[in-house]
Amino acid sequence: MAETIQMGTPILAKNDRLADELRTRFAQDGTFVVNLLSSPGSGKTSTILATMRGLADRFRIGVIEGDIASDVDALRVKEAGAAAVQINTGGLCHLESAMIARAWDAIGDKGLDLAIIENVGNLVCTVDFDLGETLRVMILSVPEGDDKPLKYPGIFQSSQVILVNKIDTLPAFDFDRARFRDEISQLNPNARIFEVSAKTGEGMDAWCDYLAQRIQEHKAHASAARS
Amino acid sequence: MHEYSIVEGVMDGVIPLARQNGASRVSVIRLRIGTMTDIVREALDFAWDVVCDERGPIVQGCRLEIEPVEPHFVCMACGHEYDADRLHPRCPVCGSGQTLLTKGRELEIASFDIETPETSDDES
Repeated sequence: MAETIQMGTPILAKNDRLADELRTRFAQDGTFVVNLLSSPGSGKTSTILATMRGLADRFRIGVIEGDIASDVDALRVKEAGAAAVQINTGGLCHLESAMIARAWDAIGDKGLDLAIIENVGNLVCTVDFDLGETLRVMILSVPEGDDKPLKYPGIFQSSQVILVNKIDTLPAFDFDRARFRDEISQLNPNARIFEVSAKTGEGMDAWCDYLAQRIQEHKAHASAARS
Repeated sequence: MHEYSIVEGVMDGVIPLARQNGASRVSVIRLRIGTMTDIVREALDFAWDVVCDERGPIVQGCRLEIEPVEPHFVCMACGHEYDADRLHPRCPVCGSGQTLLTKGRELEIASFDIETPETSDDES
């Protein structure tokens, strides 16, 4: 005879619980945390470097690099002067909260105003894993095409900010900006869209100013909560 | 292939509870999965077989049943409640984009069936 046990429990309960613990730690450390998602080759590391250049005089920045293998990205970030920790997932297609908790221990320096988590390049698997972030940002690069939101709606719907990178390459590709904005306005009307080029710096000021404002608001909110 | 992590999460939830309930084997696990998640059934089945083998006799040969959950929205502007496909979440009545997804992102273990040593035909 079989017996049925009722559960109704989230499958990723462990990750969600760890993500909540991370959110508390990030708040205690006064750090604004960005979870940066995109496909491979869209320019995540270049965008992080350009963002660091835009904000380095105002904030202390750290980076957690997630890759399947190698530490080339962390080295690039360290050379640019930020605290950086590399996570190698060893084949896993996304980052999980347990990895971020270990990286946060390893990063040591807890006086950071901003930490950017560079997730594994993947438009699907990264979406369901909360990392305790304050802001979820994704990059779509122009060569990937304006129809990506229809093919991978999940990531476009779960991101609060969408950076359209490599905007300097528009003349070479059939990327319809109006169609892209229309798709996002259907899928995720509240998303903020910034057109940028990490390479030329075009549009980076607007994105950096927005991020700086969010970090300041977060700090003001955190100190109000403490007092 | 995050389906592998999903299946690991299922087993982490089910196996300890099955043992607490004196199970010798778990025969079927039922999941509730929202269609707004990007779970691929074929990838899930593949990961399922691999992980069930790894986790030992208690879940070997365990069946997987999935109840899909379609997206359901509430419009924050006019209060209208509606089902919509994932590509068209805007309110069909007032056109607002200020909507709340109330169903469709579920990744849940609904229930599972166990065999106990007293009731099992096969105690090996």
